[in-house]
Amino acid sequence: MNPALTELERLFPPGRLLHKPGELVPYESDALTAFRARPLAVVLPESHAEVQAAVRWCAKHQIPYVARGSGTSLSGGSLPIDGGLLIGLNRMNRLLRLDPVERIAVVQPGFINLQVSNAAAPYGLYYAPDPSSQPVSTIGGNLAFNSGGAHCLKYGMTSNHVLAAKVVLPDGETVELGSESLENTGPDWLGLFAGSEGLLGIATEITLRLLPKPETYHTVLAAYDSLAKAGEAVAAVVASGLLPGAMEIMDSLAIEAAEAAVKAGYPLEARALLIVELEGETPQVEAEARYLEEVIQKSGAYEVRVARSNEERLKIWKGRKAAFSAVGRLSPDYIVQDGVVPRSRLGQALQAIEELSARYSLRVANVFHAGDGNLHPLILYNGRLEGELHRAEELAGEILKLCVALGGSITGEHGVGMEKKAYMTEMFREADLAAMQRIRLALDPQELANRGKMFPGETPAQSFHGAHPLEKAGVISRE
Amino acid sequence: MQHKIDVEQLGPQGEIMAHAIEACVHCGFCLPACPTYQVLGEEMDSPRGRIFLMKEVLEGNLQMEEAQPYLDKCLGCQGCVTACPSGVPYGELISTYRGWSEPQRHRSPFQKLFRIGLQETLPYPARFRAAARLGRLGKLVQPLLPPMLKAPLELLPEALPQSEPLPEIIPALGERRARVAFLAGCAQQVLQPGFNRATLRVLAQNGVEVVIPKGQSCCGALALHTGERGRALQFARTNLKAFAGDYDAILTNAAGCGSGLKEYPVLFHGEPEQAQAAQLAARVKDVSVFLLELGLKEVPPLKRPLKVAYHDACHLAHAQGVRAEPRQLLRSIPGVELVEIPEGELCCGSAGTYNLEQPAIAATLGERKARHILASGAEVVVTGNIGCFTQIQTHLKKLGRELLVLHTLELLERAYAQAALQEGPS
Ligand SMILES: Cc1cc2nc3c(=O)[nH]c(=O)nc-3n(C[C@H](O)[C@H](O)[C@H](O)COP(=O)(O)OP(=O)(O)OC[C@H]3O[C@@H](n4cnc5c(N)ncnc54)[C@H](O)[C@@H]3O)c2cc1C
Ligand code: SF4
Ligand code: SF4
Repeated sequence: MNPALTELERLFPPGRLLHKPGELVPYESDALTAFRARPLAVVLPESHAEVQAAVRWCAKHQIPYVARGSGTSLSGGSLPIDGGLLIGLNRMNRLLRLDPVERIAVVQPGFINLQVSNAAAPYGLYYAPDPSSQPVSTIGGNLAFNSGGAHCLKYGMTSNHVLAAKVVLPDGETVELGSESLENTGPDWLGLFAGSEGLLGIATEITLRLLPKPETYHTVLAAYDSLAKAGEAVAAVVASGLLPGAMEIMDSLAIEAAEAAVKAGYPLEARALLIVELEGETPQVEAEARYLEEVIQKSGAYEVRVARSNEERLKIWKGRKAAFSAVGRLSPDYIVQDGVVPRSRLGQALQAIEELSARYSLRVANVFHAGDGNLHPLILYNGRLEGELHRAEELAGEILKLCVALGGSITGEHGVGMEKKAYMTEMFREADLAAMQRIRLALDPQELANRGKMFPGETPAQSFHGAHPLEKAGVISRE
Repeated sequence: MQHKIDVEQLGPQGEIMAHAIEACVHCGFCLPACPTYQVLGEEMDSPRGRIFLMKEVLEGNLQMEEAQPYLDKCLGCQGCVTACPSGVPYGELISTYRGWSEPQRHRSPFQKLFRIGLQETLPYPARFRAAARLGRLGKLVQPLLPPMLKAPLELLPEALPQSEPLPEIIPALGERRARVAFLAGCAQQVLQPGFNRATLRVLAQNGVEVVIPKGQSCCGALALHTGERGRALQFARTNLKAFAGDYDAILTNAAGCGSGLKEYPVLFHGEPEQAQAAQLAARVKDVSVFLLELGLKEVPPLKRPLKVAYHDACHLAHAQGVRAEPRQLLRSIPGVELVEIPEGELCCGSAGTYNLEQPAIAATLGERKARHILASGAEVVVTGNIGCFTQIQTHLKKLGRELLVLHTLELLERAYAQAALQEGPS
């Protein structure tokens, strides 16, 4: 074994330093399997000190590293770096403190999103950001990607619900960002960290804001005979002045897949389904519900259902939340795209996507956070058919360009990662990117943290394919 | 997920495996449902990781031995199947993979002997009875034995019940409402003959004539799940013959055997008996499902209210999707208050011979389950599988809390018989 690894072995007991092929293979991809890379080793720290030790080791030996929570990133964010270290945080999964009076929870980074709400439930509290991956994804991953979910329409993304974080910087230093109070002094450093995709450091302790559980929900399922109509209905709801907790759209392919997966009871013949959920105090929800009904009726829905019980409500959501993975039933491979358009142009965007789908002769399933214009077209392809992956990637790219052209963004919540770094230049000017890079270099001059992700162009990771400089020099070896 | 598995070379079994791997989109939704991932916290011991490992081995990119330790730790509980939105038939994948890899595998002579020992005794009631008797003697020297031998001994009861030969036909009491065939199970007959006794009584009371076809054998699940495909096929062929008659249904009262029979179409995939296997599988029902469909005769109320926890056996809940029916049966006993076990969907660690082959993980899961059962506040635990029954009883006992553990049908039988439930274990 090479000397650097021997040193790492002294830091991590057997079983928590993985380096045999059988141990590494399962870590080679995140949820975007189009990319794969084999790390030099995986470590599974169980404390802040161990994360720090691993990062220091990387800094000392100039080995790039990637943090990983549950590996559900859809953009290659937690894709390992060829020959780098992968720092798996899933074992740091403890709830450190829950204060129902202050309404905060302090968790380790590997704590699972849904578990926060489960732990808070006895106090009538919950954690608002609800990515569809919430039963699996970690708070660390959510923070790094500033993840959102259906209910972020009303409550904002992860960054709006994180109060503080303890972070190991790429040089191994520990810093504390933010504080338990919402009022902070100076710039919002924590805000900078949120969404930094693991490039600015590893969060080892995260303080979350909890909210009182809404008293009542009113969940409406409306069926349409066209996708554009459903898109326009969203604009109409927003224009009416209502602020629902969530507004989601699924098209016929997504409906078919979700129904097969969880039998949510969706109308199978619908071309599009709109889910609208009102929440809050009972009298207010009741009043809003009557108003919403009028708006939905006018929008041309041909069938409207209201969840009569909590079970019915959960079923509706279960279908929606399982939809991404369920599309695996329709196609051996797919790309989940994630772009944003202004809500008023949803109908137009969906129309254009339909045309693109026909032009590329690839099926596109749509399931998305309509309320904030966050599209998730799923491009279905078969990787074993010559050229299909390439066509799918092209189509995915066209959709992103479309989003930018309509005045939106190249990612709503899944991050840039590996997948979208080439599109950063569509979104940002050179000067913007250069400024970002300067901030990054100030914290990480060696570009060790998640090297090769997010920033466009020929990053060191690309030239890094093959042997590591230390390997060439004979200092380390992967055998 | 894309793969480069040479399906043609691998044949019909290869098709099954490739199909499952294709369906996996690597989303990780199965992670929270996987007991080994929960306990061990590493990707190799997760469903997603194992699928990746099998794919690599089948593609020829990874040595079989490299993947083996993690695939061996899989309980086959299929918790991942329930959790997977993409419909990956993981159960089919792992048993087919085990059948494919076992013949190529290197095992130490001791391991081989141990495995042959299990395969040659467990499926045969008479042999198992003899071995269990010997095992009770072994208990005397238990502290001196290696863990691999200790584990089976721990699961043996203090005393073996009398063997109860089963008649070939048990007539319905009163008007005959249905006629069914019954698979009697193997280890269960020796360890808990009361399960069958209760099942047959309740069926008779409900107007069901039961035939226990002669010449039936072990369902073969044990062999199939440990990679002994040839042996599994032999058992299955015997049963295809034994159960060929015209019955309203083929019943089992052991989750593992029921799912074993339902797996015949996968086992026979590409074999001449494929169609016959599918026909048989379609007629197999767990006794709880059958009784509910038939309509249970009214059950008299219990003498006092009773808090009952129903434990989902993986091979009922995950493998056969049977969750509601046993609960509904129990609810139809007036006086039963059904409580849910926290984390109920997680395997108890019994999983066929798993607790014999991976005793450490099995014990961790067993204790976890026992603690959750105690937390539920139940006075009685009810389940539909002999393996779970033994595992739960053992671990409750280890915690010093000997709750009454019963088969679902035993509770029903007692309710019909107005037996006093407070009397303690039978
Ligand atoms: C089926 C499915 C549905 C999804 N739905 C949504 C959705 O609705 N909304 C949404 O926003 N996303 C969604 N996602 C994407 C994904 O779940 C989120 O990005 C999630 O936040 C990732 O969490 P993770 O624990 O899996 O992180 P990983 O994938 O392991 O890591 C993600 C990124 O975070 C970094 N990271 C991880 N932990 C830390 C840490 N402690 N400190 C610093 N950096 C860290 C990694 O380096 C990586 O760059 C979905 C994914 C899937 C597969
Ligand atoms: S949930 Fe299903 S599709 Fe997702 S990783 Fe697990 S097995 Fe694969
Ligand atoms: S069968 Fe059970 S142990 Fe095996 S991978 Fe699935 S959930 Fe995990």
